[in-house]
This record gives sequence, C-alpha cells and structure tokens, in this order.
Amino acid sequence: MTAVASQRHVFLRQQVEEFLYAEAALLDTWALDDWLLLFDEDAKYEVPCNDALDGDPARDLLLIDDNYLRLAARVTRLDSRRAHREYPHSRTNHQVFNVRVQDLPADELSVNASFTVWRFRAGRTSCYVGQYHYRLRRSAGGFRIAVKRAELDMTDLRSVGDVAIIL
Amino acid sequence: MSTGVEPRVAPATEVAAQLPVVVDDPVAQRFRVHRSAMTSPEIHRAEVERIFAKSWLYVGHESEIPEPGDFVRRPVGGRPVFMVRGAKTGNINVFHNTCTHRGALVCRQDSGNSKVFQCFYHAWTFDSEGQLKGVPDRDAYAGGLNFDELGLKRVARVETYRGFVFACFDPDIEDLPTYLAGAKEYIDLVVDGCGGSVEMARGTNQYSFGANWKLLVENSFDGYHAESTHDTYFKYLVSIGTDLRGGVSGQAVDLGNGHAVIEYSSPWGRPVAKWEPLFGADAHTEIDRLRTDLVARHGEQRAHAMAEVNRNLLIYPNLIINDIMAVTVRTFYPPAPDTVDVTAWALAPRNEPASLRHRRLDSFLTFLGPGGFATPDDLEALESCQQGFASGGVEWNDISRGMGRVPVANDEEQMRVFWRHWQHQMSAAADRAGAR
Repeated sequence: MTAVASQRHVFLRQQVEEFLYAEAALLDTWALDDWLLLFDEDAKYEVPCNDALDGDPARDLLLIDDNYLRLAARVTRLDSRRAHREYPHSRTNHQVFNVRVQDLPADELSVNASFTVWRFRAGRTSCYVGQYHYRLRRSAGGFRIAVKRAELDMTDLRSVGDVAIIL
Repeated sequence: MSTGVEPRVAPATEVAAQLPVVVDDPVAQRFRVHRSAMTSPEIHRAEVERIFAKSWLYVGHESEIPEPGDFVRRPVGGRPVFMVRGAKTGNINVFHNTCTHRGALVCRQDSGNSKVFQCFYHAWTFDSEGQLKGVPDRDAYAGGLNFDELGLKRVARVETYRGFVFACFDPDIEDLPTYLAGAKEYIDLVVDGCGGSVEMARGTNQYSFGANWKLLVENSFDGYHAESTHDTYFKYLVSIGTDLRGGVSGQAVDLGNGHAVIEYSSPWGRPVAKWEPLFGADAHTEIDRLRTDLVARHGEQRAHAMAEVNRNLLIYPNLIINDIMAVTVRTFYPPAPDTVDVTAWALAPRNEPASLRHRRLDSFLTFLGPGGFATPDDLEALESCQQGFASGGVEWNDISRGMGRVPVANDEEQMRVFWRHWQHQMSAAADRAGAR
C-alpha cells in the first residue's frame, strides 16, 4: 500500500468508526426510531445461535433474522410499554473495538469489529461479547447499513438469558 | 460428629412428608399450590431425587446422530451424559460421561463423529459401544484389568419413541410407551404432520433465567397469558395483515402420568399447513398443496388436526413439544429452586423443501427463542413471579381457572394435571410405595 493509499484507508476507517460510535450512542440513548433510519429498506439484522455462528437463515435456526419490516416492528415493540422484558428499559453501553474495513465493489464496505454490550437492569448485570459484521453503503448523506450481523462469542446465553435488547 | 449446635437441615424425605403443598378441592372448585414448591431448597432437593432421578427424561433426537460414531453431549437431569450411535451396532448408546478409571469426562466436545473416546487424563480409550479398548502400561496392574467391567457406564434405561430418545437413571421404571401413555398419539400427530420423518434444525437456544422450573411448565401451555403478555407479537401479526378475530379456542386434555396438552385453533399460520400473511403470497399454493397431501394420506379429520390445530404438549416432567407457529422441542432442568436452564430446538420435516424450511424458521424465531417477540416477555413474567414470592404475605398460588366446567385451552386444567402428578411423586404415599 502506498503512503497515500494507506492514509486514505486510515481516514476511511476513522469515518467508519465515527459512524459506529454514533450508532452505539443512538442505541444507548434508546433513540431507536433514529437508529432505524440508518438502515436501507432491503437491510438485514441477524444474530445467529451461539452454537451455529455461521448459521444461514434459509437453512439454520437463528436467534434473530430481521428484514427491514421486522426490524421496524422490533423498534415499535421496544418503544412500547408492552415489551415487558424491556419496560422499563435496560441501561446499555455498546462498545466497539478492533474495527477493520475492507472496500467492496459498488461503493460498499465490509466492516468487522469486536463488541462488548453491557446491559444493566433491576440490579442485574449482563455482558454480551462478540463480533459485528457490517455491510455499509456509501451515500450522499453518509453510510447506510445494508447488513448488520452480531455473532456472539459466549458459548450459550445462560449468563444473559435473552437478546431482547438490540446488540 | 454433631456438636448439637449447627442449624438443622431437614432431609428431603422429611420435608416431602410435610406435603401436600398442592391442595385440590373439587367441592369448592379451588386448586392451590403452596409457594414453597417454587422456593424451598428442600423441595428442590427432593425433586432431584424423586422426579429427575426417576422419570424418563429427553436426551435428544435420533436425527442428531445419523451416522455411526456421531455423538452429542449434554446434561440430562443435570448430569453430563453423551449419546453416540455405535459404530458396530448402529444402536443409540447413552453413557454417563465419566471415565471408569478416575472420573474425567471422556466426551469433551458438544457434537462430532468419533470411533473412539479417549480420556485425556491417563489416556484410557473406549469405543463408541462403550467397550474399554486401551489402557497405557497395563502390565502395572498385577491382578489384571477386567476390560468388560471397566467399559463406559450406560445410563440405566434408554428407549426411543418416533426418534425422540429418552433416558432414565432408575432401572425399575416402566417402559417408555407405557410411561408416555396418551402423549404418544400427540407425538404421532406432530411427526406424521411432518411427513413421518423429522429432524432438528441446526442452531440451539440455550438460555437460563431466574425462576422455578415448574413456572416454565405452566407457562409453556398457558393459553390465558397470551393476550396480555404477548400483546406486541399480536400487534406485529396485525401489522402484516393477520386476522385475529378467530382468537384462540380449544380444549385441555389429561394424557395420563402427568402429561397434558392444550389443542386449539389460533390466528397465526402454521408451516404445515395453514397459510398466513407472514409466509408471503407466493407460499399460498405450496401450503395448500401440503394440506391436500395430508388429507390424501390421513383423511380430512386427522389432516385438520395436523394442519389447523395447535398443540402445546407437556411430556412430564420437563419436555415440551409445542406445535404452534413452528414446532419447538424444549427441555429444562433446575440447578437451583430459583434457576432454570433451558435448551430448545426447532423440529422440522426431514428433507423439507428449502423455501418451506426458511418460512418455518422465520415463523419460529419471530415468536420463540431468546431474540423473539414473545419468549423474553415470558422470562420477565416468570422472574417477576419468583420475585413476588419473596415478598411473602401470600402463601398460595391459585390454579383454579376452569374447574367445574369442561376445561378450555385458556383454562388451567393442564397445569392441574401436572401438579397432581407432581404431588403424587413427591408425597409420603410415594415414599411408602418405594419402601415396600
């Protein structure tokens, strides 16, 4: 990589990091309607089962396999007072590290990052650890999310119970 | 040696003798369960001895280990065991997961294929039929080693029904078909509705929460809670065009030996074979064809039971097969009175066409599992009950709903069936029978 290309790559990664930090802030402040605006209408949000991290939603059982419609419904659900597991809401802290960015054709980016999501509610502490896999699109208004997939490193969900929050 | 000053912990048998904690009063039409059943460490200890050590418990499904040497390991009744298809016999073997030498686990992977299981501690080696095959430096045993006696220890009883593998730690238990009683024909409906041959989809839900396991038994076939607890799921169905007007209607059936089922019609769709908007317009023809197929093979009445009727089935004590918007197989175990470990799978027809499988899984995870629109709210409800028990002031749970009428699916008769059998197994009468 030439010095110029390397500098350009660092700049790109910084832009992506800014984007991921902004996304985390929307989740942590429960601004879910604004968070949903980051997604394109053909977007996917996936969380595979702990024992099948390469799970393909067409063949394998996932924990979450949201298209845009169900993602929007998930936001509506979490905004309501009837999502009992999340009413009142948990305090969360979405932390993103080890961000690696790769250019894809057609103005898309592949982004891999580590995450730690802390969740605190009614005296209980839960911690989700894993890898984010994003496919981002460049647009005039900034990045758009085409795919967000959160693969959990925990071998099971015994310590956290559920994934009612958005990772 | 007792000093006479330690706090006295009553043995399990003594506490159980203080039961009944279940009061069944058909005259007053009241059914009550004392909340100590959910909170008492002594009752929990008695459950481990009397229920989990003496019932047929679900281990897994034959389809998980199709080839010789295929294995899965998991806890059953809180004990580490593994299930392996014998390379010589093709039989399903379920072994205590412990080396006969000094105790270490011999199967240390969750699943895989192996012809041998070697304990890494001293390298004793067993084959997939449990036979001891190798001991390093065996000349050191002057008296010789009896390889036949030192094979892996089988769980006392193992039997299968329609591919569902059960084990029991008590050698004297009745055979599995007798034990399953009326539950057999409901398992048949599920399996035959899936074309007669089923498998578990890849991907397991393994989660835990802070409530007594019997609250999960109740919740797994509780029609009464659906509308209030799962409001957000029903709103989602409405938003995609599902017609909720039919509601939920049906009945509860006592299947004997503590097993029970609720069977009912519902607004949601079923991959076999009731279309709904969630499945998409292009699925209509395919699902209609599945239904026509069922009628041709089983006649209209049985086809109706398979296609349109939902089943929430309890196989006593801790196996749930819910044939609802998808089929879930769920088993659980309490490591403590206020904790339950749940493991759940999606059951599906073997070799199901890809488009149907995708829709089935989609339907499953929308409602079910730790990321679904319903299961997390169930966990919240059950933990909330457990926390409420700690408040005291109220000693009894009321489970009387629907007594004195033909029990409908939204009543609590199916829970009473469970509790009556639980009481029977835990009671002093069961003690006396055991002493004979």
